[in-house]
Amino acid sequence: MNFPLQSFIAVNAANPWTYVLFAAIGFAFGYTLEMSGFGDSRKLAAQFYFTELTVLKVMFTAIAVAMVLLFGAVGLGILDFSQVWVNPTYLASGIVGGLIMGVGFIVGGFCPTTSLASASTGKIDGMLFMLGGFVGAFLFGETENYFSNWYNNAGYYGRLTLDQVFNIPVGAVVVLVVLMALFMFWGGEQLERIFGKKDLSKEPKLRLAGAAILIVAALAVFVIGNPSLEEKYNKVKFTRTESIPQVNADPIVNTLTYTADEMLENRLVFITSAEAFKAKYNQSMNPVYLDVRSESDYNLYHIENAVNVPLERLTEVIPVLLSEPPANSVFILMSNDEAAATKAWKTLVGSSVQNVYILEGGVNSWIAFFGKDDKTLQPAPKAGDDQLGYIFPAALGSQYESCDPNPQEYETLEFEAKIILQLKRDKSGGGCG
Amino acid sequence: MTTQTRKSIFNRPEKAYVHPYFGGVVLGIVLFLAFLLTGNGLGSSGATSRIDAALVDAVAPSHVDNTPYLLKMAGGDKNPLDDWIVPVFFGALLGGFTSGAFNGRLKIMTTKGPNISNRTRWLMSFLGGVIFLYGARMARGCTSGQALSGGATLAAGSWVIMFAIFGGAYALAYFVRKLWL
Repeated sequence: MNFPLQSFIAVNAANPWTYVLFAAIGFAFGYTLEMSGFGDSRKLAAQFYFTELTVLKVMFTAIAVAMVLLFGAVGLGILDFSQVWVNPTYLASGIVGGLIMGVGFIVGGFCPTTSLASASTGKIDGMLFMLGGFVGAFLFGETENYFSNWYNNAGYYGRLTLDQVFNIPVGAVVVLVVLMALFMFWGGEQLERIFGKKDLSKEPKLRLAGAAILIVAALAVFVIGNPSLEEKYNKVKFTRTESIPQVNADPIVNTLTYTADEMLENRLVFITSAEAFKAKYNQSMNPVYLDVRSESDYNLYHIENAVNVPLERLTEVIPVLLSEPPANSVFILMSNDEAAATKAWKTLVGSSVQNVYILEGGVNSWIAFFGKDDKTLQPAPKAGDDQLGYIFPAALGSQYESCDPNPQEYETLEFEAKIILQLKRDKSGGGCG
Repeated sequence: MTTQTRKSIFNRPEKAYVHPYFGGVVLGIVLFLAFLLTGNGLGSSGATSRIDAALVDAVAPSHVDNTPYLLKMAGGDKNPLDDWIVPVFFGALLGGFTSGAFNGRLKIMTTKGPNISNRTRWLMSFLGGVIFLYGARMARGCTSGQALSGGATLAAGSWVIMFAIFGGAYALAYFVRKLWL
């Protein structure tokens, strides 16, 4: 099984079970918060006077347990981390918003979800906090346009995780977070002893065993590490439908599943120059032309709007490709021929980038198709494998007419459409948005 | 009928809360399962603004068209309630109620510090709700969507937000101690 389950990534009216599953998750969430005592504002506020650190204990135990299980599942190849929603980092609005939340927390005695647990069990203060919440969220919507630019851009780093910040393996971060949590629990208990006059000898001994299990599990996550690109590549599956016309009946539609290598062998990911060009004028998709050749080849000739990412530097931009472009982006890879673009395709597919295609025959075949009447472009008979097959008088980049073909001249182009848009996740749909 | 024999869910004997570490382990497993099955974590503040957007859309649809923040959720034929966080929100209300019912904690009351009146507490909780959700929308998530879910996925921004929440609350705690101590 490959997790997360594709059909449950978002709610979908066509599949009512999605609502049931999310409601069940919410139910378990609310139940757990209430049984931990978070329906009572005194228990929450006590956190900030050191008399009872339930908030810290519940929250950091939950974070540590979920993190160990999550990265354990990622390491074992059960869960695809690129499909897991990671809150994008907006430092400025995050810090200011966080400080404001802190004020709301100590004044109101709840946070939003705990106020649900409180309101639903009949606490009037919980209900009023909830009601105030609707007003606060409304006011934010009304005032956001006064600082919209700051809100959307200040300190924006996209999908960024702590292992990338500190440049250490993710397993090491898991171990460090667990150690930090255990240290905080120890410190928290000392504070409860001092400020809350709590007798620690009455605490269950079992918690020490739990701490030991957590450390061992975190170390296991560290040892397992991350699945290699090759392992991930081999697990990718594609589905395509084929329609067989029938005499006097509806065509038979078969759904076929291909591995990534089969997609290459059957040339299902190679799109013609005509299709690559027409993608620009297709409202349903947002084509991103990725030119993986060397910078010098790119400077000699490249397609209008193509972005130069030499093959060696491709892995650097993968986090950006995963988080930045809209969900309907189609990545069209090109090299001079197909060799380098095919390597790039394998890397991106193994990294779970969606909708990746290869320009058939590469830039050479683009020039042969759109630039055949351009007398300044002379074929280079001695060009080797995956080299530019033309001689250029100067490095004019995308100044040639064929770099940006006239849409009126090529209004009708015939091609077999290979691009099948996969919309797996609406980027704005994840998280608390 | 005496209170002992009445099997109403409203007056079961009140049970103690579970141990915090146990509650944390259960919550962690719930959070992990949410990520495993759906790729999304937990959250609730997003639902608050989506319900707001639905109300505005029903009362003054033209106002939605003039407010960029609402437009993202309720513009055109978009239904702001058609998002995973909305069933999570209502599920959480039901889950809290169920736990309260099973453990004898369904009771109309006000939880507050010993030295303030109910009215002060009500005003402060309403005000706190306004402030908290304003901040939660600014930070794109609250203690659940950012601190808990983002913390577990090691999202850098979420860890910063988590410390900012605690920092803000600790910085102000001394000055509002009358509310709680």
